[in-house]
Amino acid sequence: MTVMPKPGVLDPQGKAIARALGHLGFGGVGEVRAGKVIELELAATDPETARKEAASMAEQLLANTVIESFSVAISQ
Amino acid sequence: MRAGVIVFPGINRERDMAIALALASGRKPRMLWHTETDLSGLDLVVIPGGFSYGDYLRAGAMAAHSPIMGAVRAHAARGGYVLGACNGFQILTEAGLLPGALLRNVSLRFLAMDCHLRVERAGTSFTGHFQTGEVFRAVLAHGEGNYYADETTLDRLEGEGLVAFRYAAPDGELTPASNPNGSARAIAGIFSPNLRILGLMPHAENLVDPVAGGDDAKKLFEGLAAAFTA
Repeated sequence: MTVMPKPGVLDPQGKAIARALGHLGFGGVGEVRAGKVIELELAATDPETARKEAASMAEQLLANTVIESFSVAISQ
Repeated sequence: MRAGVIVFPGINRERDMAIALALASGRKPRMLWHTETDLSGLDLVVIPGGFSYGDYLRAGAMAAHSPIMGAVRAHAARGGYVLGACNGFQILTEAGLLPGALLRNVSLRFLAMDCHLRVERAGTSFTGHFQTGEVFRAVLAHGEGNYYADETTLDRLEGEGLVAFRYAAPDGELTPASNPNGSARAIAGIFSPNLRILGLMPHAENLVDPVAGGDDAKKLFEGLAAAFTA
C-alpha cells in the first residue's frame, strides 16, 4: 500500500528533500512529494478480496483520508 | 467539575493537566487508563499531550482507535465535554470528532516555545473568563501542529464561529512570525458545532502557576470550573 499526501496538501518533507537534492547539485528536480509504503501480508488468496480488505484498512487506519490518498498493489 | 484525564502509553502531560484542573476546580480529576471504557459521571474528559503510542503511523492515529475512544465518542454524543490538548487535539481529529488534521510544522522542526493566542470566541464553557479578541501567552511544544483543513471546511469553521483561538502577536495582530507552525488561517484551536469539544494545540495547562513561569493561561481552567459550578 502506498500512502501519499493529497495534491494541494502542503508536504514540508517533500520540499526539504527537493532543497537537499538541489544542494547536492541535482538540477532539474521539480516538485518532490514524500509518502510511505506499508507492506501487508494477508490471508486472503483472491486478489479482489485482498484489495477490498486493504482499502478498508486504509480508510479506517492506515491513511488519514483528510490529507492522504492511498493505492493498493497486490503481489502473490 | 468532575473531570477525567486519559492516559495513553506515551502521553507525558497528564500530570500538568491534572494539576491545572485541580487548581481551578478544587477537585482532583480521575486518571483514566486507555483500556477503561466507563466514563460515567464525568462532566469533562481531557486528552492530554505527549506522544501516544510513540506517534507511530501518524500522531494520534493509534490512540484514536484505542478502547477508551469508543467511550469518548459516546460521552461526546450524549453532550459531554471534551478537551484535547496538543496530542489530544491530534487524536480528536484522527478520531473524526473534530475536522481537519495536524500536519508537520512548516519549518519541519519540533517547536518548543512561547506563543500568544487570540481568543476568537468568548462565552463558551472553555472561554467563559475571556473576552473575544483578548490575547494571552501560552506555550507550544509539538512537531505536528500545522492545522490543515480544506477551504470549504475552513470557511464553515469561520462562518459558524467554531474557531476558538488563533496564533497572534502579543498585540493581537496576525503575522507570519506569530504563526510558527504555519497553521491554516493561524488556527490554534477549534470547537465542535455544539461548542462542547475543544481541540487546542498549545499547552494552556503549563501556565497556571507563577512558580512554573506564569499563570497567563489559567483563565481557561477557571472558566471551565465556573461553567460546571454555575
